[in-house]
Amino acid sequence: MSSLNDPDRDRFILSKGHAALALYAVLVLLGHIDEDDLNTFCGEDSIFGVHPEKSVPGVDFSTGSLGHGLSIAAGAALAALKQKSQRRVYCLISDAECNEGSVWEAAMFAAQHKLTNLHVIVDFNGQQALGLTRDVLDVSNLGERWASFGWRVSRADGHSIPGFIDALTASSTSAAPHVVIAKTVFGRGVSYMEQGRPITQAHLPVQPINWHYLPMSDQEYEIALGELEAAG
Amino acid sequence: MREAFIQSMCRLAAADSRILLLTGDLGYMVMEPFRRQFPDRFLNVGVAEQNMIGLATGLAEAGFLPYTYSIATFASLRPFEFIRNGPVLHNLPVRMVGMGAGFEYGHAGPTHYGTEDIATLRTLPNLTIVIPADPAQTVTAMEETSKLPGPVYYSLGKDDRAVLPGLAGRFELGRAQLIRAGGEIAIISMGSVSREAVAAADELAGRGVESTVAVVSNFNPDPNDDLVELLSNCSHAITVEAQAVSGGLGACMASIIATHGLSCRLRALAVRTSPDGTSGSQEDRWRKHGLDRASIVSSVLAMAGAACQ
Repeated sequence: MSSLNDPDRDRFILSKGHAALALYAVLVLLGHIDEDDLNTFCGEDSIFGVHPEKSVPGVDFSTGSLGHGLSIAAGAALAALKQKSQRRVYCLISDAECNEGSVWEAAMFAAQHKLTNLHVIVDFNGQQALGLTRDVLDVSNLGERWASFGWRVSRADGHSIPGFIDALTASSTSAAPHVVIAKTVFGRGVSYMEQGRPITQAHLPVQPINWHYLPMSDQEYEIALGELEAAG
Repeated sequence: MREAFIQSMCRLAAADSRILLLTGDLGYMVMEPFRRQFPDRFLNVGVAEQNMIGLATGLAEAGFLPYTYSIATFASLRPFEFIRNGPVLHNLPVRMVGMGAGFEYGHAGPTHYGTEDIATLRTLPNLTIVIPADPAQTVTAMEETSKLPGPVYYSLGKDDRAVLPGLAGRFELGRAQLIRAGGEIAIISMGSVSREAVAAADELAGRGVESTVAVVSNFNPDPNDDLVELLSNCSHAITVEAQAVSGGLGACMASIIATHGLSCRLRALAVRTSPDGTSGSQEDRWRKHGLDRASIVSSVLAMAGAACQ
């Protein structure tokens, strides 16, 4: 990533703002924020909340309300084209976020205006806040929907980083904006999370959504860390 | 004020290459001069007001100065959260224009009335709200607010002919404009309906009842100092606005009077009832909601009677 002060830097918009913790980790690795500062996460008067604020270095747009990020990203991409800049705009949305009508307002606009510098990543985990997407609003044919809106559609395993990067960066002569449907598994790499099984609060029913909400106990943290380290 | 708006847009855009004009597929017989002069800086985004505000947010962050245009209620209430979490939260210079303030789309019916935009948007502290009372003030206000670093919402009327007597295009951010001074009763109004307030004051003067008339044309910052000074010399105040009673000019005045412990009594003429299934001309709607000159005269006479007792 180039300097945060460079107006020609690429833009990344985490439209599914509830994944901010992962973004903070990335920003630490890129050296934009100090790892120690992350100890204030969810503390009082902290800039590191559950959803990202632009007060965090490396965050250009505050997000958290689903369905908002893509239209900002489309504006950012249009700005780059108007300024004849080579910068690209990446926007990460969730599959259930596609329930929001405003996503499709922006999708129509981006295709109409051939925003080829716009790349959307859909975190396709099949899960939403109160159930499986197939039981709430089925988006299993999401790729076809984006294609029918005039987008170039790629598919990737969201956990295979090289394959995902290949899909995201593959060159194309298409005049369409680009979406990558990235298949993911909720709680990937932590067995009890993938199974939706709480350990400490064992009285709770087993369901995948549990780990969207539950805080980890010390015991659960140790197990998770052990499994992740064992997997390398 | 549509003509005043688009001429101002052309003038501002000629001097500032950052300016873009986005419309949500509205502005027939309004947009043409700008579109002709700046074809690359005009963009019809389609009937998608949320996306229009989102686009403007992304454009403004990249250094553009986007103006968005739609009918007042579609420009403000439909994308309210996009305004709140976009230009307002990021303090970006997005200019949002809501056309057809109050009851100007009278015959189009309640779905087209701009009667809650100002009351709703006033809740966002760093969003400057501009409500010109006539075309000349539109020109001055758009000029004066064009360089503000944060977001601005303009509530504009359609009428390009109605001139508010005594205003002469005056506008100053954070100030109220005095139209006539005299008497212990103040009539304070906002937007196009101000002409009813001035006409009522003329009629009252003919009947020997003097009144002070002022126009409020912006909130955030509110014209607190001017209003405190004005109200300190008045026993009664009456506000006139084609806007929801909770959150608009009357609510602002009530807050000032209570906060500063003023002895002035207030009567807020505003929109107090839900739509009743009818529509009509703007003037008809003003009469229906008690905002026309005759209603203002009766309210003032009732107050004057109370003042004499």
